[in-house]
Amino acid sequence: MVKLTLTVNGVTHTSEVEPRTLLVHHLRDNLGLTGTNIGCDTSSCGACTVHLEGQSVKSCTMLAVQADGGEITTIEGLAGQAQEAGTATGDQNWHPMQEAFHQCHGLQCGYCTPGMVMAATSLLDENPGADEAGVREGLEGNLCRCTGYHNIVKAVLQAKGGA
Amino acid sequence: MTAVMGTPMLRKEDAKLLTGESKFVDDIHIPGELWMGMVRSPHAKATINSIDASGALAMPGVHAVHTGAELAEMGLWLAPLPCAWPVTPDMLNPPHFPVASGEVHHVGEIVAVVLADSRYGAADAIDEVIVDYDALPAAASVAAARDGDVLAHSDLDTNKAYHWPLVPDPDALDAAFAGADVVVAADFVQQRLIPMAMEPRGVLAVPSPHGGDITLYSATQVPHILKVMAAATTGIPENQIRIIAPAVGGGFGAKLNINPDEILALTLANKLGRAVRWTESRSEAAGSTHQGRGQLQHIELAADSNGKLQGVRVHIDADMGAYMMLITPGVPLLGSFLYTGVYDVPAFGFTCDGYFTNMTPTDAYRGAGRPEASYAIERAMDLLALKVGIGPDEIRRRNYINGGEAFENHEAASTLIFDSGHYGPSLDRALEMADYDGLRAEQARRREAGDNVQLGIGMCTYVEICGLAPSRALGGLGYGAGGWEHATVRMLPTGKVEVVSGSTPHGQGHETAWSQIIADKMGISPYDVTVLHSDTAMSPLGLDTYGSRSLAVGGVAIAMAADKVVEKARLIAAHQFEAAPEDVQFESGSFSVAGSPDTAVHIQALGFAAFAAHDLPDGIEPNLQEQVSFDPPNFAFPFGTHVAVVEVDEGTGGVELIGYFAVDDCGNQVNPLIVEGQVHGGIVQGAAQALFEEAAYDDDGNITNPSMMDYLVPSTMEMPSIELDSTTTPSTTNPLGVKGVGEAGTIGSAAAVINAVCDALSPHGISDLEMPASPRRVWEAINRASGNGEGGAA
Repeated sequence: MVKLTLTVNGVTHTSEVEPRTLLVHHLRDNLGLTGTNIGCDTSSCGACTVHLEGQSVKSCTMLAVQADGGEITTIEGLAGQAQEAGTATGDQNWHPMQEAFHQCHGLQCGYCTPGMVMAATSLLDENPGADEAGVREGLEGNLCRCTGYHNIVKAVLQAKGGA
Repeated sequence: MTAVMGTPMLRKEDAKLLTGESKFVDDIHIPGELWMGMVRSPHAKATINSIDASGALAMPGVHAVHTGAELAEMGLWLAPLPCAWPVTPDMLNPPHFPVASGEVHHVGEIVAVVLADSRYGAADAIDEVIVDYDALPAAASVAAARDGDVLAHSDLDTNKAYHWPLVPDPDALDAAFAGADVVVAADFVQQRLIPMAMEPRGVLAVPSPHGGDITLYSATQVPHILKVMAAATTGIPENQIRIIAPAVGGGFGAKLNINPDEILALTLANKLGRAVRWTESRSEAAGSTHQGRGQLQHIELAADSNGKLQGVRVHIDADMGAYMMLITPGVPLLGSFLYTGVYDVPAFGFTCDGYFTNMTPTDAYRGAGRPEASYAIERAMDLLALKVGIGPDEIRRRNYINGGEAFENHEAASTLIFDSGHYGPSLDRALEMADYDGLRAEQARRREAGDNVQLGIGMCTYVEICGLAPSRALGGLGYGAGGWEHATVRMLPTGKVEVVSGSTPHGQGHETAWSQIIADKMGISPYDVTVLHSDTAMSPLGLDTYGSRSLAVGGVAIAMAADKVVEKARLIAAHQFEAAPEDVQFESGSFSVAGSPDTAVHIQALGFAAFAAHDLPDGIEPNLQEQVSFDPPNFAFPFGTHVAVVEVDEGTGGVELIGYFAVDDCGNQVNPLIVEGQVHGGIVQGAAQALFEEAAYDDDGNITNPSMMDYLVPSTMEMPSIELDSTTTPSTTNPLGVKGVGEAGTIGSAAAVINAVCDALSPHGISDLEMPASPRRVWEAINRASGNGEGGAA
């Protein structure tokens, strides 16, 4: 077992994990943050996307110990982060991306949604001027089976406009 | 109060999904739970000689390893996994137990189950179970199964499971073909597809050894059907089983089965008195969750010289896979009635042979039989247009039921009664949105210029059968249950409303749509409504969600139950007013005596009166709660026209979908936002069948692309933005005039896309391409047609 310290959504957790533990399993099974989902086993679907040091990563593709000492934001912490930054919006005081997904019907079953929202916020951080082609390119690593992507792309462009 | 039905209300479901609060099965944990790990066959067909679990059992944290033979001896089940749809009395149905013993019949079939105390421990232990097999030759395609050189099941003397005919008038059919000026015959392949809902399946069984009951959490579309079937399969009394489908991450048909893992978790947890769980891995799913499609289709059209249809004759060979699961044999039947499409066809005949193969069982996948039917007729209509020498739009117009004008209650040659339709305007509007004439001009320009990137335009007017189903019709088709749906509506003492829904959502937005129906029926805010569902203890009666049935059957039940609540409340209001009930009117949530609007009482204020029961009319029971089981008198028949625009790079064979235009008619709409979302997703799933997806098996029955790395679920980059419009032709089947939309997109899109690809390639004399139209297939077809000799087998 290996000792590991992560700051997740502003809370510091020190844990002992098997060295082989994937970051996504640590977040879900050990820290109880089950908002981050697992949709595949080949790093293809992006349902497990979280932010590590502000950048999107697929948390099934790294070991928990590789994130040791890092700051992570998961879907559970996104609204709070926006509230702290003063950018939260809408009736629910969410991150603008969450609000845009709601307004544009950018989710149906909602399983890909946490990863999609985390990838989309990171995409706009990196490419604030992304147009439709840029949004589509930026979300290529996140799969959705319900929406056909139409309303997801619309939501990200709306979040960009509102930011 | 203004109408809420028909408005694009934002979904009530979103908040918990957008914040990570929703609980899917894998998110729920019980102290002391054991993890199942499935040891699966790597062979499509083999004899199991021996299983050595000693290595696994020696590992720390491993509780047990059970083989199929041991489990059978332990008496954990009474019966094999169920097939609810024996389509003929003599259908073959080899026993399908949760764990195989003796002979395995597909890659991924379970041969032993491991129980360990952790997720990783179970995965480790699987690798330490040594199974000795004698591999046997496999029937690894439906064509091979039909040839019959290799038997899928050694103890059957044939691979043919059933023959099912639907030939209402054989003489008329023969006469139609004998008298035809033009006959078109075509063969199409409906490749197998992996459903790939984003949430893999999973189960968690939680026993209460002293309480005597057991709860099964399952990522299922069908908690109610699962409860009945689990009782029948395991012998656990039905009244001691509770099924909960928590948040479910998409289904598309793949979560409507009764699966080995569900029965294993229930029975092992029940025996051990400990919680037992399992979560499917994505790559495992190719062998642990049923697949869709898998048909060889032969279709013949008889027409006069103007292209007017005289008859349609169809035969399909359907790939059952290794076993009959819940509705495996019935899927082709769901399509059988639709092979005449939207057309006025005097004579029709359909036959289907079902074959066992050594591949994962097939069963329902979005559209279930209907996309296959729509594809065959709409591809064949394009071939007929070519033969007659008219455009694809014109061949359709000449054949639409009632000349494309509005109709009600049309009896099709398949014997079904189409409730209503109005096909002409959907084609007109779709062509207008696409700028059809402009596209044809651009296509001509590129052809003239010899452009390397050619343009193709394809269209499809589909009709589908929704609102499954009238129970009598299902009985007539040999299905083992009914097709009604149940709803309860109750007004609580404080005026809030609880709706209990028998249909079970997994992304469709039932909570929002049902709230909208209640809001209009009862004149209250949709935010005063809570929808309870997906837990058999909370919602004891229901038949769940599949076949675009939720609104057209379940939503109608909810509306009818709400009406009954209003009628009971009217009696209480009349009593308070000291007026006759027939003099009490109900508008915007308020009861009043006609002519005396100042005496109004709001229905939400009557909730407490009904609860307190201090002063109810004689003979009226306390509480405002009513229930309805609605059994629809007929199916509903949504329709629409889709136009796909593709660019084909003749140098690489690459196809790019650059435009998509769809006009759908699902009758009256409760929530246009949800309707559009359903259509968007459906279109992409159908287009993905046309261009990308195929469960690819090799000659030994190995699936070569089980992961998301290899199986091409489309991403943002493969799909264009989609332009939608709709027409509204209310259903005559139900009082809401609604039809259903969950599968429409998938049913319209595969044919539209392939028609577009073939249209682009028509100057080469290419009139057909097998799905998926991969760059290699397209490139080879072009080269073969050009006589370059570089095209191998497509």
